Amino acid sequence: MTEMQVTGPAEQLFNEQLRYRLDNWIAKYPVNQTQSALIPCLHLIQDANGGWLSEDLLKALAVYLDLPFISVMEVATFYTMFELSPVGQHKISVCTNISCQLCGSEAIVEHLQQRLGVTLGGTTADGKFTLKEVECLGACCGAPMLLLDKQYYEFLTLEKVDELLEGIK
Amino acid sequence: MVNIEIDGIPLSVDSSKMIIQAADEAGVDIPRFCYHKKLSVAANCRMCLVEVDGSRKALPACATLVSEGMQIRTQSKIARDAQRAVMEFLLINHPLDCPICDQGGECELQDMSMGYGAGISRFSERKRVVPDKNIGPLIQTDMTRCIHCTRCVRFGQEIAGIKELGATGRGEHMEIGTYVEHSLVSELSGNIIDLCPVGALTSKPFRYKARAWEMTAHPSVAPHDAVGSNIEVHVRRNEVMRVVPRDNEDLNESWISDRDRFSYLGLNHPERCVKPLIKIQGQWQETDWQTALEYAVEGLKSVKAKNGADQIAGLISPTATTEEAYLFQKWLRGLGTDNIDHRLRQQDFADDACDYSLQDWDLSALSRSDAIVMLGCSVRSEQPIIAHRIRQANLRGAAVFDINFVRHELFMPNVHQHAVSAKAMMQMLSGIVKSLLPLAKDIDTSDWLPLLPDRSPTAAEQNVAMQLSNAAESVILLGELLGQHPQGAKFRKLVSLICRLTGAKLVWLPTANSVGHWQAGAIPRPKASESIPLNALSMWQQSCRAYVLFNVEPELDCINPSLAMSSLQHASFVVQINNFVTEQMQSYSDVILPLAAFTETSGTFISINKEWQTFTGAVAAKGDSRPGWKILRVLGNLSRLSDFEYTSSEEVLNTLKTELRIQPHGEQQTYLPEDLLLDKGLTYISEVPSYRCDPLVRRSIALQQTPEMQDLTTVRIHPELAEKLNLQDGQQVLLSQNDQQHALELKLDETIAHDCVYLPATTSVSARLGAGMTSVEIKSAGSLT
Repeated sequence: MTEMQVTGPAEQLFNEQLRYRLDNWIAKYPVNQTQSALIPCLHLIQDANGGWLSEDLLKALAVYLDLPFISVMEVATFYTMFELSPVGQHKISVCTNISCQLCGSEAIVEHLQQRLGVTLGGTTADGKFTLKEVECLGACCGAPMLLLDKQYYEFLTLEKVDELLEGIK
Repeated sequence: MVNIEIDGIPLSVDSSKMIIQAADEAGVDIPRFCYHKKLSVAANCRMCLVEVDGSRKALPACATLVSEGMQIRTQSKIARDAQRAVMEFLLINHPLDCPICDQGGECELQDMSMGYGAGISRFSERKRVVPDKNIGPLIQTDMTRCIHCTRCVRFGQEIAGIKELGATGRGEHMEIGTYVEHSLVSELSGNIIDLCPVGALTSKPFRYKARAWEMTAHPSVAPHDAVGSNIEVHVRRNEVMRVVPRDNEDLNESWISDRDRFSYLGLNHPERCVKPLIKIQGQWQETDWQTALEYAVEGLKSVKAKNGADQIAGLISPTATTEEAYLFQKWLRGLGTDNIDHRLRQQDFADDACDYSLQDWDLSALSRSDAIVMLGCSVRSEQPIIAHRIRQANLRGAAVFDINFVRHELFMPNVHQHAVSAKAMMQMLSGIVKSLLPLAKDIDTSDWLPLLPDRSPTAAEQNVAMQLSNAAESVILLGELLGQHPQGAKFRKLVSLICRLTGAKLVWLPTANSVGHWQAGAIPRPKASESIPLNALSMWQQSCRAYVLFNVEPELDCINPSLAMSSLQHASFVVQINNFVTEQMQSYSDVILPLAAFTETSGTFISINKEWQTFTGAVAAKGDSRPGWKILRVLGNLSRLSDFEYTSSEEVLNTLKTELRIQPHGEQQTYLPEDLLLDKGLTYISEVPSYRCDPLVRRSIALQQTPEMQDLTTVRIHPELAEKLNLQDGQQVLLSQNDQQHALELKLDETIAHDCVYLPATTSVSARLGAGMTSVEIKSAGSLT
């Protein structure tokens, strides 16, 4: 995680590298419509900040995009992929919505909890994994499924899950 | 235009309309929560579902445009089933706490549930609970009751210009709030109380005070600014319980400012004067009206006999009704004095004979304007509804320039703001004239040429000039601070020239009912005597023998508090007619007559649109206080003046109207300043904070608790000026004015213009100071710590 400036004039916020990438997104939309760039900007900042968004960072982004702070919060609290508190190095998001549930996601969740020694929403003691439950990720045809960081894993079995975790360790 | 049918009623409506608008105009009732005629369409509550022929499903009436041949059914089975289903969903998480909810009895959800809901709930699971938020001293939240219509969110974004409330979370976890707890800062925030269809947002001061069905509604007019917002005063058992807006498209639309909504809280302040008081041998005693009035008349008579009638001076608050202003001047003129004024904060009267009345201009012209320039005008606090109009014009694309001594946040998307000293403002105006001169082909400006500086205009000045001359309709608004300036006439004449060169309208924003006071003649015009009458400033400078004050607290309301107080202390007789009584008043007065407040009297306020708005009293006068027109009538009777036999305020108004028909005001004279030079040095910017503008507002406890009203006693300067003077943030400084020194705390503030020293007026600190908008010096109080 790199140190980022979160107060002061807009042109000094974050760091140069990040500003370049934010500006790239802002430029894709008409002038005065920075709100359209909000979701990609939240992703960029979350990735640059070790996977989560602090209130200070969100305030800084509101200043940078010239949006009301509450408008940034509305989006950041709406989507499950934005984290408002620190997470582990890797994030495992298991779908427990209807299709996955019918195909056995409960057993997957149970197994993951046992193996990692955490409950849903928790982070392992070594800070390596965060386990969370999410709503439908649009991969019903591959149920049950999970999202590891930014990669989908479908047709899960307990063995496949073990294999997956081994691969990371 | 398209032809449609709603419930079998054939209608011809504009094709840009939504079904709900067409239905509203035709008087067909469609239930709704999120739709509001003044806000954007959200279509998220789904309550307004109606059946439209040819559509497979029911459609939301608020978001469906009418089209040719449309057949709409609001009462069919499909429509009723859809409405009933939506109602059931809305009630799932809504608590059944109507008996302890302030909205009970005037709740849209309650009414809709009666009309469209089922008698029995099928929902037996747990309801969610949402924690309440603290959003300031005016608005109470009960967020569990919220049905997420987002009217309050859209109001902030679209009308107030600042989005403070938002919907965070998702699905069942969605909550309306500020996320980080803070008080709302909008001067119109109270309107979300009316907008909220349920009891989630209610009035904090009104909480648990009364039920809707216990109160009677009395139409009235708000007295605190020049808009004259239409209000409804709600009364229970002869007590004002609350104030709500009354729609008037020409003035306040559907909104009122927080000041108009919550000023009623001052009506029952402990300082309210309820008995006539007279001072006998230095001792104050309560007395009856007859004794007090005779005492007042005798006192003034003896001053007249000893010192002459021109030693009597009268000041009246611009919040007084037109009838009160008329009788006030008629009585004093009957005594033989023309020393009458209502312009308590004006200092330059050189252009007194010029007519600044608002000929052929009204608020609709402001909304149409393409260029709006504000000079020395803190519009959000002075005239909140006008600020709203300017904001809407700005959103529509009008160019807005805010040239002031301090830069206030305006919540407008695209404003050119300049915080400048008086000198820089004068230079800027001269520069604007300079860039307009080449265009002045048929306007004679030769008188002005020697006064203008010999330089070419800057880009900023050219921009203002260009916007003004290119606009189809434009306006220059002069505000309170410019009106206070001791060389204000120079500014006004220079602005008149700009207006002549560009076709812009000059609007000197009136204070409260001052349009009415001009009509009523509460101005120093020679009528009763031969001598030159004294105006609101010179009657203090000349130190008269007797003063009559009508709802004026000179140490707070007058431009030069220390001068006013010393003149009052030296006067031999002072009559105070006021809503309130304070220790200060008792120190200088001889008689204090208790005055009824605006909710307790009938009268007329003349709005900025020149509309005469007559209203009646909503409650009986408190204690022994009496309506101003009655007090002044009896004072006239006791002074043995003729034509003082009024039996109602209506008769007073008719007399005034007849007089105006015979002899209309408004002689137009020209005045050309000799130069455009101003006083040197730093200027003391004596701005009136929004909730300190008149005696009633100052005593509304809830308004005084708002964040804007905190920290009014520190003096503020720009950091660069502080560096030049070697002063630091937070230190004690000495503010010196006319050999008087005042120790104050200093704060550095980048919004204050250079060469300006900002200290709000109307506080216990400013009450010790001299004239506002004049030169002051500032230096460190002793060693730096």
